[in-house]
Amino acid sequence: MTEYVSRDDFSQWMCGECGLELVMKRVEVQYMGSGYPVELPTCSKCGQVFIPEVLAMTKMAEIEKLLEDK
Amino acid sequence: MNQTDLRELEDRCIQECSPWCVASCPIHVDVRAMCSAISKGDFDTALATVTKTVPFPRIVSRICDRPCESSCKRTESGDSIEIRALEKAALSFGSSKKTKMRPLAAKGFRVAVVGAGLSSLTAAFDLLKKGYEVVILEGRDQLGGKVREFLGHGLVEEDIDGDFAVLQDSRLDIRFNQKFGVNFSTNDLTDEYSAIYLGMGDLAVEDPKLRNFITDLKIDPLTLSTQTERLFVGGGLVRPNQAYSPITSILDGRRAAISIDRFLEGVSLTASRINEGPYQTRLFTNTDSLGSSFRTPSGEHHEGYSSIEAIDEASRCLQCECLECVKVCEFLSTFGAYPRKYVRRIYNNLSIVMGQRHGNKLTNSCSLCGLCEEVCPGDLNMGQVCRSARQIMNRQGKMPPSAHEFAIRDMDFCCSEECSFARHQPSMNSSAYMFFPGCRLGGSSPKNVELTYKYLTERLNGGVGIMLSCCGAPADWAGKEDRFAENIASLNSHWVEMGRPILITACSSCHSILKKAMPKKKLLSLWEIMDSCGLPPVRDNLSGLTVCVHDPCASRNEPQTQRAVRNILLKLGVRIEELPLHGRFTECCGYGGLMCFANKDLSSRVIKNRIEISDNAYLAYCAVCKDHFLSQGKKTYHLLDMVFSGNEDGEAFNRPVNFSLIRERRRFLKISMLRSFWNEKMSIATDYDMIKLHISTEVKDLMTDRMILEDDLKIVINQTQKTGRRLLNKSNGHFLAHHTPAKVTYWVEYSPHEDGFVIHNAYSHRMQVVEEATL
Repeated sequence: MTEYVSRDDFSQWMCGECGLELVMKRVEVQYMGSGYPVELPTCSKCGQVFIPEVLAMTKMAEIEKLLEDK
Repeated sequence: MNQTDLRELEDRCIQECSPWCVASCPIHVDVRAMCSAISKGDFDTALATVTKTVPFPRIVSRICDRPCESSCKRTESGDSIEIRALEKAALSFGSSKKTKMRPLAAKGFRVAVVGAGLSSLTAAFDLLKKGYEVVILEGRDQLGGKVREFLGHGLVEEDIDGDFAVLQDSRLDIRFNQKFGVNFSTNDLTDEYSAIYLGMGDLAVEDPKLRNFITDLKIDPLTLSTQTERLFVGGGLVRPNQAYSPITSILDGRRAAISIDRFLEGVSLTASRINEGPYQTRLFTNTDSLGSSFRTPSGEHHEGYSSIEAIDEASRCLQCECLECVKVCEFLSTFGAYPRKYVRRIYNNLSIVMGQRHGNKLTNSCSLCGLCEEVCPGDLNMGQVCRSARQIMNRQGKMPPSAHEFAIRDMDFCCSEECSFARHQPSMNSSAYMFFPGCRLGGSSPKNVELTYKYLTERLNGGVGIMLSCCGAPADWAGKEDRFAENIASLNSHWVEMGRPILITACSSCHSILKKAMPKKKLLSLWEIMDSCGLPPVRDNLSGLTVCVHDPCASRNEPQTQRAVRNILLKLGVRIEELPLHGRFTECCGYGGLMCFANKDLSSRVIKNRIEISDNAYLAYCAVCKDHFLSQGKKTYHLLDMVFSGNEDGEAFNRPVNFSLIRERRRFLKISMLRSFWNEKMSIATDYDMIKLHISTEVKDLMTDRMILEDDLKIVINQTQKTGRRLLNKSNGHFLAHHTPAKVTYWVEYSPHEDGFVIHNAYSHRMQVVEEATL
């Protein structure tokens, strides 16, 4: 399981619904029929996940492209 | 696409066909490669190129009858390349590590070669290399035959000795003073040897009985075999009354060696021997702009070129190739090869069962514009190849979703209730005509659609209806056959409901799509109608303006439309300067085939290349072309801008439009037209439509780049307003919400502001995150 998000990426953000700090938690990401476990900042109560811009626009985009060409 | 289709397509691309010099050389010396090496001063490579094919290079570089030179493309404007002199330079200045022949393992057969001229010695040389034992039977007491007649005429003894030195091999037995018919007979040979090559010159046979024997031989020109098994004949004997051609003699020896080897191996003598010997090449090399060039004189060297002179001479070589399509297409040049290679890559990409498909981007990057076919000597259309490959990818379920999804969503929007409709002309209940402006004209300029419709209703009799919708081009280009067929069926049923009117198109893409998919319908281009029905009052401020007409790629095969556009411009007093590629040879603006969605960088380069050709303003008659050129700051008019607003309208030079604006304008067009022409009020259908966004130019540009619509943001905010699900930034108080309305997840960083929301950032991804509450 790879860690893609550092503490600095999410320390400014908290859950706007529950008012709780985000914690790193193992969640599942899926695309094109494949699923992977990833550690992502998550609200420990409602499960809302935070995906930082840099993760979405770089690593995720790369993996999406690889899976699309499979 | 099956193997046969692939071969047929590959065969149409002639880039790999031999240049004229190579094809006309009986043994196909790679003259082009030799010239290339010499032009770079690389004489070693040049020498290796020559000796790869030529068994006796010293002799050949002195006495070859050089059919290559008369076929050289350079002769179309000046002198041929001095190929033989360059071969000689390769020998003089190149050095070779190869000192002796390296034969294959012994095959256990002994072959008799009669004669010791070039054909016999080539046969012996080739057979030795292939692993045979060879016995040369020569009537005289030295090697060389006719070659020796050139001594003192450009040839010296050292050349002969140097070249024949390679024949010193333990498997070769040379017997001199062995006259055919005197010292041995045909029967002696057939008794003793596995195969025989008769390569002695014409003069060597004096015995009339033997002469008759030879005259009676039926020699197959392809294999040099005869009706006598094991007996092969070539050289001067088979061409008794022809001028001596040293290089053809070498070909004979080579041909015979191939046949003898095949005969002794027990395989077909005739299979795959196409293009052995001189042939007509299919290569095309454009010499239209070829300047005159004359042979480099050889200075004071009686022995031929100095190395500097040879480099000069070799630099004159055109390095003949085709690449006609690659020269005019950024897509074809970007991927670093040419169509013959591309069709193979695309075919292989479609054949991958497991593993990474590296050809997806190639397949999806083509604009499908068809310029390649127009310039291709073999009429190969890469657009058709790519389009059908995309269809196959969709059928296989292997089309990357991100390639075309945005464009298809856009098409769905155009066909939706939000912006499509069909009506008869106000206060009429039938239509002789129906205006089909297409989805991009309304997205670019709703005003021009309304003015055009008004113009048409005033000029044409019998009622002019209108249909706002999409022709389905995006689905067709994306290879989504089902979606395309569904759209055409829907357009067709509306057309039938409207009483089968004559369709008037304002967009060349719509025109070509409808022409292909609805062949029974009568279609007219708006420009033909404007040309024949007269223009609205012309503003005189256009006179003196010079523009370059950019014909849209979809108009390539519509010369009457292209003519009508130019007629209109002349009537408006506008001067036309034609771009080098126009009319039938026009280029795509970078939108065709959905290039700008599948390969944005390529599309940007296509736009850049096109707009840099002239400093004049451009005139487009396709809304996408105009918007694309404007996106990189090119002053571009749409023809309707000029017809209705002359030169006054700032719209021609406005900031480029973005996807959200295009969408907004389409929505507005329906509302506005229904209200002003039919007095109908359209209610706003969506619950997020009232959400007001404040977006800076920077964020708008970012959204365009990331293909995120304002509507997408409104949907996310609308959703989070209902659920309260969002993140909060502790330092600046911004909210961050995400939502996945369909396949893409959008993230919006925003803060409430007065009557709406300020957007600070937006991004998206396609991977789905499984969010679960911890209980």
